[in-house]
Amino acid sequence: MALLQITEPGQAQDPHQRKRAAGIDLGTTNSLIAGVRGGVTQTLADHDGSHLLPSVVRYTDAGAVVGLDAMNAAQEDPLNTIISVKRMMGRGIEDLKGLGAQLPYEFAETDGGMVRLQTVAGAVSPVAVSAEILKNLVQRGTESLAGELDGVVITVPAYFDDAQRQATRDAARLVGLNVLRLLNEPTAAAVAYGLDSGIEGMIAVYDLGGGTFDISLLRLNKGVFEVIATGGDSALGGDDFDRRIAEWLVEQAGYKGDLSPTQLRTLLSQARALKETLSDQERATVQVAVDDFEFSGELTRDTLNSLIAELIDQSIKACRRALRDAGETSVANVVLVGGSTRVPAVRDAVAAFFGITPLSDIDPDRVVAIGAAIQANILIGNKWEDEMLLLDVLPLSLGLETVGGLVEKIIGRNTAIPVARAREFTTYKDGQSAMLIHVVQGERELVSDCRSLARFELRGIPPMVAGAARIEVLFQVDADGLLSVSAAEATTGVKASIEVLPSYGLNEHEITDMLKASIDHARSDIDLRILTEARVDAGRVVDALESALAVDSKRLLSDADIKMLQQGVVTLQEIVKGTDPAAINEGVEMLGKASEDFAALRMDAAVREAFTGQQVKALEEDF
Amino acid sequence: MDFNQNYFEIFQLPVSFELDEDQLAARHRQLQSTVHPDKFVGAPDHEKRLSLQWATQINSAYDTLRAPLPRAIYLLALKDVNIEDNPQLDPMFLMKQIELREQLEDIGEQAESAALTSLDAFKADVDARMAGLQLEFAAHYEADAGAAEQAVYKLQFINKLRQAADHLEEKLLDY
Repeated sequence: MALLQITEPGQAQDPHQRKRAAGIDLGTTNSLIAGVRGGVTQTLADHDGSHLLPSVVRYTDAGAVVGLDAMNAAQEDPLNTIISVKRMMGRGIEDLKGLGAQLPYEFAETDGGMVRLQTVAGAVSPVAVSAEILKNLVQRGTESLAGELDGVVITVPAYFDDAQRQATRDAARLVGLNVLRLLNEPTAAAVAYGLDSGIEGMIAVYDLGGGTFDISLLRLNKGVFEVIATGGDSALGGDDFDRRIAEWLVEQAGYKGDLSPTQLRTLLSQARALKETLSDQERATVQVAVDDFEFSGELTRDTLNSLIAELIDQSIKACRRALRDAGETSVANVVLVGGSTRVPAVRDAVAAFFGITPLSDIDPDRVVAIGAAIQANILIGNKWEDEMLLLDVLPLSLGLETVGGLVEKIIGRNTAIPVARAREFTTYKDGQSAMLIHVVQGERELVSDCRSLARFELRGIPPMVAGAARIEVLFQVDADGLLSVSAAEATTGVKASIEVLPSYGLNEHEITDMLKASIDHARSDIDLRILTEARVDAGRVVDALESALAVDSKRLLSDADIKMLQQGVVTLQEIVKGTDPAAINEGVEMLGKASEDFAALRMDAAVREAFTGQQVKALEEDF
Repeated sequence: MDFNQNYFEIFQLPVSFELDEDQLAARHRQLQSTVHPDKFVGAPDHEKRLSLQWATQINSAYDTLRAPLPRAIYLLALKDVNIEDNPQLDPMFLMKQIELREQLEDIGEQAESAALTSLDAFKADVDARMAGLQLEFAAHYEADAGAAEQAVYKLQFINKLRQAADHLEEKLLDY
């Protein structure tokens, strides 16, 4: 693989100071962090030289242990060792039963909502477990890149719904990370390949990880990556291969009893080893003895292929569907992502379906983190040789519950984000002042077949007779694929306040409590961080305004306006010298307000002039 | 944000049903390269907000213009013609619709391979009707908004029929 070279340092205040940005692949089985070192985008290793951090957290009396040490304890301490936590993110207890996995955990009692795991450290949420993994990776990143990280891009499966994305963001918040963007894993892989090998046209990214399967179709055109369709299965992965092999072992051994958690763990890790051996060899021998379970024998690749054929078919079916959604019959390239694509039967099936040999030049375990690191560096403003823009889509349709438990779709799947849709509602009782809106995500017609995202409670509707109020509700999905809702009564303009009751997420209270509980956030730390953040915000507003004034003030503003804004900059710069974060924030807000109109004028001008340069170029090319 | 611009003006394209889809896609990419939130990650909050609003608006414009039916409905809205929920339709047209629906149901009852073959022919027929109605809309839009409106109602019917055919195909292919 060619090395990804960095050209100029970024536009940071100190020209020699590049900002530290990293890409994090928070995987089901393994997690990675990547950054730029010596001009090369690469995954970062720990002290022992290993790049993959097993996504395993073990809770002990002395605190949490993450990675290999935790994984090695999985068999002896299954209840306190959390494996594949990603499958539990934004999920309720009912969902986990549906995963078909025998999860060897004790679940704490909750009143619905996201699951909690009972450990020696008390009941922990999957968000807190993920935060432990993130903390470990960030530590590694900070050491490798020699300093605090200024921002990260975290990847999520394209098929993650809103609750799962929100849970991922919350985990990052617990660690105090500046998340520049949540990036879909297949898109990240496409970035790594697209910018590296310069491929163009329609590409398919087939991403089979430990626990999730994603297929994405992207169109690459002069540095613009446009996601056309995504599909997949958020409960299909290499773990299922392991489970099929484990079931085969049980069957071959003629074992009739119930497996203990320890036996199950042992069988699953044996199964995994068998699968890995069979990626290079035609046959593998196996010998298992754990408590009263005993078996020795041989597994051939052919038998393995027949055990997992059905699972691979399931993934190919999703590929066919995505092609159909995209309105395409073929693609120019196929990229393989995820450790499970090392299985020869998977490669063969993908090659056969798309009719081309898939690309796998970049390590399928690392490609996502590398792509995320590239995006992180571009987003944070470090200069890159290549211009790049990612245009992503909403993976699953958003809908509202209507009468009779039916779903009314508001935004269809594969709609380009950011996107907003407005819906008008009315009251059905005289003087009704509140209203409940239930938002679900999924493709099915019944609410009960879709995922419940949240209930939005609208309050403060002005009293009117039934049917007279016109409440306009705006559903906005941002560039991270996250939903927010706002509402106003149209005839009076009264803004309704909205309380979000997430179905599987954490509410603000829980997040705040977890933040407080975290020993990493000692009081003085918090004060300092608040002041630093306020100063960074102020710097941002001043920098943006000064460079805008330098470029555009003459043609867009009156002399009086220019003077007023320049004065505002001076005032804020004075306030920043103080140590009162509240005063700084107030100053930031004031200058922000004052420069809002100017920013809007500049944006309008930029849109009007977007094609001008291009037309000149097109003319030149004609000659 | 300059809300006075209509969707065609945003892309600097003529207000017309006929449209170069490749050009629209290229201009959509160019505009997003200018306003997308990814370009404003380090910007102050008020600029981020503007970027989100513009990127959202440009996506709405793109989604509306790139598919023929929403484009036609939008063109009528520009002439202050709003689509009715329960329009009066030509009885002959409705008879034909019922006939086509029945035809689709019959296909659903055939054996799989025969059904898929018949479905291909059926879809080709529906697509031809759709293309015809689009021409009809384009021909009437400038001079006779009422006739263009009728074409839209027919297009809505045909569009639903086409979706039903796709749905059946998905079922047959077991997606």
